Amino acid sequence: MTLKVTLITGRTINQGANLENKTSSDYLEATAYCELNSKDAGFLGKPGSNVKVKSRHGEVIVKLKENNGNPDGIAFIPMGPWANAVIDPDTRGCGMPGFKGIPVEVEATNDRILLMKELIARYK
Amino acid sequence: MAVITDALCPFCGCTCDDLTIVTEGNKIIEAKHACKLGAAKIMGHHRIKAPMMRTDKNGNFKEVSYEEAINETAKILVNSKRPLLYGWASALCEVHKKGILLAEEVGGIIDNTASVCHGPSTLAVHEKGLPTSTLGQVKNRADVVVFWGSNPVQAHPRHMGRYSVFAKGFFSDKGRRGRKIIVADVRKTETANIADEYIQVQQGSDYLVISALRAILSGHADVVPDAVGGVPKEQLVKLVDTLKAAKFGAVFFGMGLTQSQGRYKNIDNAISLIFELNSFTKYVIMPMRGHYNVTGFGQVCSWETGFATAVDFARGVPYYNPGETAANDLLLRKEADAAMIIAGDAGAHFPANSVRHLAKIPVVQIDPYWNPTTEVANVVIPTAICGIEVEGTAYRMDGVSLRYRKMIEPTHPTDMEVLDRITERVREIKGD
Repeated sequence: MTLKVTLITGRTINQGANLENKTSSDYLEATAYCELNSKDAGFLGKPGSNVKVKSRHGEVIVKLKENNGNPDGIAFIPMGPWANAVIDPDTRGCGMPGFKGIPVEVEATNDRILLMKELIARYK
Repeated sequence: MAVITDALCPFCGCTCDDLTIVTEGNKIIEAKHACKLGAAKIMGHHRIKAPMMRTDKNGNFKEVSYEEAINETAKILVNSKRPLLYGWASALCEVHKKGILLAEEVGGIIDNTASVCHGPSTLAVHEKGLPTSTLGQVKNRADVVVFWGSNPVQAHPRHMGRYSVFAKGFFSDKGRRGRKIIVADVRKTETANIADEYIQVQQGSDYLVISALRAILSGHADVVPDAVGGVPKEQLVKLVDTLKAAKFGAVFFGMGLTQSQGRYKNIDNAISLIFELNSFTKYVIMPMRGHYNVTGFGQVCSWETGFATAVDFARGVPYYNPGETAANDLLLRKEADAAMIIAGDAGAHFPANSVRHLAKIPVVQIDPYWNPTTEVANVVIPTAICGIEVEGTAYRMDGVSLRYRKMIEPTHPTDMEVLDRITERVREIKGD
């Protein structure tokens, strides 16, 4: 099924600890996932399975994680290239893109998560 | 073995100044008292060894000399009509000064990572000013502390211990027991879990909730509906009572306000709330700055150009208008025709559309590490790490300037040296 949720992106400690280590698998582990509460995640699959997150601005494959700190209908992806594949580039006239509050659709997928290099290569 | 005491951490805006660094040879072997973020940076990761260049962005890099890379950078900047010089937050003030000079020299636009962080806070400060204080005042006095759209447990791990929650100070000798902690956030974060009161705000409704608090504070609770932005009126009324009861209140805010719907208006409204609370008791407000010296760039850029960031030198005089001259506006409009990314990673932290444009224009990266910006770069110049291998000045999130000492000797040229040489070469090419 396709779950319609609102996406927030932001800092996590593991994302920050790998800020100078972005070619590593640790960075991918720390940033290429999407958190939902267990009720929402339950509609999509088991934690650890892959999901496709799709917005008006792009799509990206990340790992599904559970975090019950998220209210219903709120997804969280740590800041970084995977999150930024789907965020809203419009700065609303003040320089700041829409990193939070993006309507997205999330669905289960068998596609794999792209490595950082592969993800950026899509833009070339 | 050498031991450096009271060393400063070059990671986040807390700039903790109580680290003990143990070195052996020219290698750091321990970073005592540092949090996970600081330790990861100080202990280091795999570095880019030598300058690299390529013409085809899909091709492989070829190692070149510093001279070749600097010459190519100067050519790119001189041949560009609209160069963007972006990043700066992970560098010292001495680097910023040279960067601003280079931007002026090439008639470019200089912008820093605040653009995707607290840039909107600067806009709000233009509107309202900033009733603030040092972190020392918060540590010694605050008895009510609010974190709004900010999660220090993950982003500023030692903030609570050193300054705001657990810290014991002159008038706050009870530490955590003497402070009321309030967290307003969309998600129940780890910071919310240690708070006395958690306000769960519906995503994008911060402006409404702050407006409701202002209405209640000014005695107009009667006009506030039963729930605002997902928060029950009863909880809002109770929160205003708690805020008013403070002897010294401090509000810290993060990306939850700057990046959500309303952007700078959220902060504008929050600052108004602080002004109004000051009619009852003492209140201060402070942005939780991310990079250790993002505040420093705002300071240097303000004293050099009159503006904090997003400064356009195309007219020969500084011009500033975020929304027009900020990095993502330029890239979104496909206006920048070359970019120099230094001490920041646009490739990782800009929206796909912006990175797509960076992939189409000549890009120079000046950075110790391989990251997504490297993937779209033509020229890569590795430099020494500021605050670890290079000494200089940085500004803590509260605007206190601090002097960083070297922990070890650099194995690469410093950003200052590289920028000096680029500027010199730019002048030669222009025939000045």
